[in-house]
Amino acid sequence: MNKRTLQLGCLAAAALAFAAPAPAVIKVAYIDPLSGGAASAGINAQKHMAFLIDRVNAAGGLNGEKLELLSFDNKVSPQESLIVLKKALDEGARYVFQGNGSAVAHAITEAVAKHNERNPGKEVLYFNYAAIDPALTNEKCNFWHFRFDADVDMKMQALTNVIARDPKIKRVYLINQDYSFGKAVAAAAQKMLAEKRSDIKVVGDELHPLQKVQDFSPYVAKIKASGADTVITGNWSNDMLLLIKAAKDAGLKVGWYTYYGGALGTPSAIGRDGVGSVIQVSEWHNNVSPELDAVAASFRKRYPDKDDEFSYYRLMTAFDLFAAAAAKARSNDPVKVARALEGLKITTTVGEVEMRADNHQVLQPMYVSVMADNVKYDVEKTGFGFRTIARIDGKDAALPTTCRMQRPG
Amino acid sequence: MSIRERARSTGAQITQGRNTRSAPGSPVSADAGAMRTYRSWIAAGVLLLVLPHVPGLDSNFGRSLLSQMGIAAVFALSYSLLLGQTGLLSFGHAVYFGLGAYAAIHLMRAINGGLPLPLPLVPLAGAAGGLAVGLLFGAVTTRRAGVVFTLISLGVGELVFAAMRMLQGFSGGEEGVTANRSRGPHLFGLDFASQLQVYYLIVFWALVAAALMHFFIRTPVGRMCNAVRDNPERAEFIGYSAQRVRFTVFAAAAMFAGLAGGLHAVNYEIVAAEAVGAARSGAVLLMVCIGGASHFVGAILGAITITWLQVSLSDYTAAWQLYLGLFFMAIVLFAPGGLAGLVMMHAPLLRRAAFPDLLRAYAVASMPAVAMLAGAVMLLEINYRLSTQPEAGTRITLLRVSLDAATPWPWLAAALLLVGGFLAFRRTWPGVAAAWQRATGEASAGGAR
Amino acid sequence: MLELVTFSLLNGVVYGLLLFMLSSGLTLIWSMMGVLNFAHASMFMLGAYFSYQLGLAIGFWPALVIAPLLVGAVGAAIERYGLRHVHRQGHVGEILFTFGLAYLIAELVIMVWGRNPIENRVPATIDFPAFALFGTRYPFYKVLMMAISVGMFVFLYLAFKRTRVGLVIQAALTHPQMVSALGHDVPRVFVLVFAAGSALAALAGVIGGFALLTEPNMAAALGPIVFVVVVVGGLGSIPGALVASMLIGIIQTFAVALDHSLLDLLRVLGIPLARTSPFYEVCAIKIAQAAPIIPYLLLVLMLILRPKGLMGTRET
Repeated sequence: MNKRTLQLGCLAAAALAFAAPAPAVIKVAYIDPLSGGAASAGINAQKHMAFLIDRVNAAGGLNGEKLELLSFDNKVSPQESLIVLKKALDEGARYVFQGNGSAVAHAITEAVAKHNERNPGKEVLYFNYAAIDPALTNEKCNFWHFRFDADVDMKMQALTNVIARDPKIKRVYLINQDYSFGKAVAAAAQKMLAEKRSDIKVVGDELHPLQKVQDFSPYVAKIKASGADTVITGNWSNDMLLLIKAAKDAGLKVGWYTYYGGALGTPSAIGRDGVGSVIQVSEWHNNVSPELDAVAASFRKRYPDKDDEFSYYRLMTAFDLFAAAAAKARSNDPVKVARALEGLKITTTVGEVEMRADNHQVLQPMYVSVMADNVKYDVEKTGFGFRTIARIDGKDAALPTTCRMQRPG
Repeated sequence: MSIRERARSTGAQITQGRNTRSAPGSPVSADAGAMRTYRSWIAAGVLLLVLPHVPGLDSNFGRSLLSQMGIAAVFALSYSLLLGQTGLLSFGHAVYFGLGAYAAIHLMRAINGGLPLPLPLVPLAGAAGGLAVGLLFGAVTTRRAGVVFTLISLGVGELVFAAMRMLQGFSGGEEGVTANRSRGPHLFGLDFASQLQVYYLIVFWALVAAALMHFFIRTPVGRMCNAVRDNPERAEFIGYSAQRVRFTVFAAAAMFAGLAGGLHAVNYEIVAAEAVGAARSGAVLLMVCIGGASHFVGAILGAITITWLQVSLSDYTAAWQLYLGLFFMAIVLFAPGGLAGLVMMHAPLLRRAAFPDLLRAYAVASMPAVAMLAGAVMLLEINYRLSTQPEAGTRITLLRVSLDAATPWPWLAAALLLVGGFLAFRRTWPGVAAAWQRATGEASAGGAR
Repeated sequence: MLELVTFSLLNGVVYGLLLFMLSSGLTLIWSMMGVLNFAHASMFMLGAYFSYQLGLAIGFWPALVIAPLLVGAVGAAIERYGLRHVHRQGHVGEILFTFGLAYLIAELVIMVWGRNPIENRVPATIDFPAFALFGTRYPFYKVLMMAISVGMFVFLYLAFKRTRVGLVIQAALTHPQMVSALGHDVPRVFVLVFAAGSALAALAGVIGGFALLTEPNMAAALGPIVFVVVVVGGLGSIPGALVASMLIGIIQTFAVALDHSLLDLLRVLGIPLARTSPFYEVCAIKIAQAAPIIPYLLLVLMLILRPKGLMGTRET
């Protein structure tokens, strides 16, 4: 059985690579797409992670221990995420960051809960910085999951408040990706528009396959035919880019109320046509507060590529909360940090931030902003940036929850 | 002669008439052959039992890796039934894997909800699911062989993948369906919460599946598969319906793929739409081709190799997919029999006197080959780093040697290694050819086997 | 309504012509050499990337000519040094080779240009609206795409019917062994055909790169559809490829506009279906949601019912 011995030798050699002893660091695993269709989002966030971890380490780390970043590529696949999660856990990671893809988030939150149940003493926390399906802090909530981005409903609340104030908006078209997140956006939009402005007619509710559509011109033709003056979409990455491209080609003149219209190539794709018409809801944009200019500038110095701009301010808030919780708990043990995080309030540059104890959803200020050409900082070197048209305070953003959190004893 | 014996000998005749690489065991001293086979199986079983306790593999991750390899091996074996034994190239085999996985995970959810079925029986639901779908689709897809079959499998794969994304109730859409393998009746106190217990479950079913498939190949139907692969016209001439043979093996392959899917569901406790996706179909194709399609052990070898590469190579280099692609191309171009084929080529030469000469010739040839590969790897790594991580600057560390890609030296060194290595490598080919002649020449001069 | 129909027709025609540009080369290669070329969409991708890179250096119009020629040379090299060696392994070996090649080319593209979509902007010389219909602009580069595609069809048609090489190729499309037996240098014709097919795909990529995103995944995204076109159109038939691509382009575009589902049909027929029924979900799928999978449905149906395709001259 020479073959088998050879294979065994290979396996052993590979496994020995993992047997190295670990110095006293806190390993933070970052699990997101680093290849494939959504790679641009994942790679951009990875750079933020590296930058922010260095910042925390430069300030002394957490309770004297430094953070170390381990990155894993999950190709936006729930199953691949579980495979790399096992790898991360085996390499000693106690904190897991993920954000791109609510489907992946569902898989990870369940896997983390199962792991913690089966391995007491080796618990792991899951910090979700971008997967905003509301279910994760409602019916699927669990003690080990903390979300650092406003969920779909909270963001739709902000957007629809702005829409409600605009009397020119009469006909709204919804177009979203056909999966849990996209459907949540559509459902929230329908519900909140009906509540706030019953005179607004929803003239279309479109669901298209996720990351499959290459040519959006048929959809744009449909939007045109419906006579809509406003489009609400949660599309991200390639789906947002291609939709905007097709709209620009056809010269479609509508107001775009988006979740991700300010990032990852969309401003470059729409160019001047977007001024005054592309609106996004986010926790920050680079014209919000001058105090953060230094942070954005040092990020840009480290990553000068046009595609890499400082945009994940919520990751910075997440690390601020993380550090504050570790300080409050006087320990880096995940269970103690989790307990300290619950209900924790800190003040950041943009205002007060609170981590809700009842469902582990962060409450932070939200900004609804519109693309403009006369602002101090632009995005993606297009010459156009974003200007705030509405700000919602953290505590005003809270929505009721159905979460029944099971806490460890 | 009974029909069965006639089929067996006919299949063997047709196969041997085409002189294919996978000449099945010749009808020589069946008893000695059987003893050897039993010994191999027992040895394999013992090895698998001991493996998760070997230091280095006894971590959670090591055992997960072994479990993954086990699942991949069953899946790859089922695929090699189609490709290796019957010559049917399918680009949509993951459909049966995934639908079996869905069947299993739904059963697991039912168990979580109170159904009194112990977990070890769940993979059977996967097999049943795979078989049902295989019978359903196989009826239409196996009407033709060759390129038409390949394209239909591609189309069916895409259709099922799209359907799974759309039918949320059954497949959970993008998020998939989850279940808990520890919540249910615990037989003999086994709750399957630990990876070790899951590993042993996988080993059990993998051995059962492998034994069944090994047996299947030696039945008359299995022999007729080989015949249909090599000469379908002649098989039809004798009276066998090529389509019915294809349908039978297709259903069997689908069943075993579903079994692998069931194991997958137990291992990961989640099944999502990508379990039926094109990437998974492509991966099993890669495994079987690299391992060797026509040898039974080739599929296992390929599964282990590819799983290990996929999981571990990404730690060493960001360009691992590129290396995987190059490796695959090298196999297709230069070693179409796969790794198993390469080993089998040398197996009859092991005891010959000229064998050490052959090894020496290989050793001499390997030095420039290594230099050539080192140069290629250097070039690829430097390029990859520069284009995917431009902000990291031009200083690169390869194997603890620090290089600055902005200077010409690393490029010159790499080019020199590559070109020089290739030229020197070419020089050694006649030597290797001569040594090979000597080794095989002596083998045939040494008398009948 | 009229507006929607007009634009759907226009978009469908444009998309169909893009598919034709892509699949004409594959029809040639497959019909003549029997090779199911999985790397064909990769040539399309290479055309987009090469023209972007060349365009930065020498401008759009020269790149439009040179990029396809470069990719044609790449195709010739692939045939001469790679594919020729796997011919003896039969169809399976050839398919595996091209499959691996597609994978490899995608990885090489990532190595050179990175993983993110590149900024392949429509060049200023063709970035203006061609005309406006019902108040909606129609960009000129799409009109250019249509023109090139039609031009390609005319060129192929004339080349086949009027030139000597074209006659040989036509014959080899339907009776390759006979042509070889008659003494024509079939291997050289093979290299020519493979190179020409790749060049055509690259030409499609030059323009297609603007209409779609230029990223390493674009070959995998469009690859399967091209096979559908060639199968539905039928082997050995360029007009078949045109008909099939127009059919698929128009059907897929119009399907997006239709929000009806089986449920509506059942309602019209007077058969109510309860929400709790297991068939509810399947029947509730709108045609618009199912639009991207219609080509695969066509593929499977065509292969089962009529493997020769719509206008094909032979089966494999």
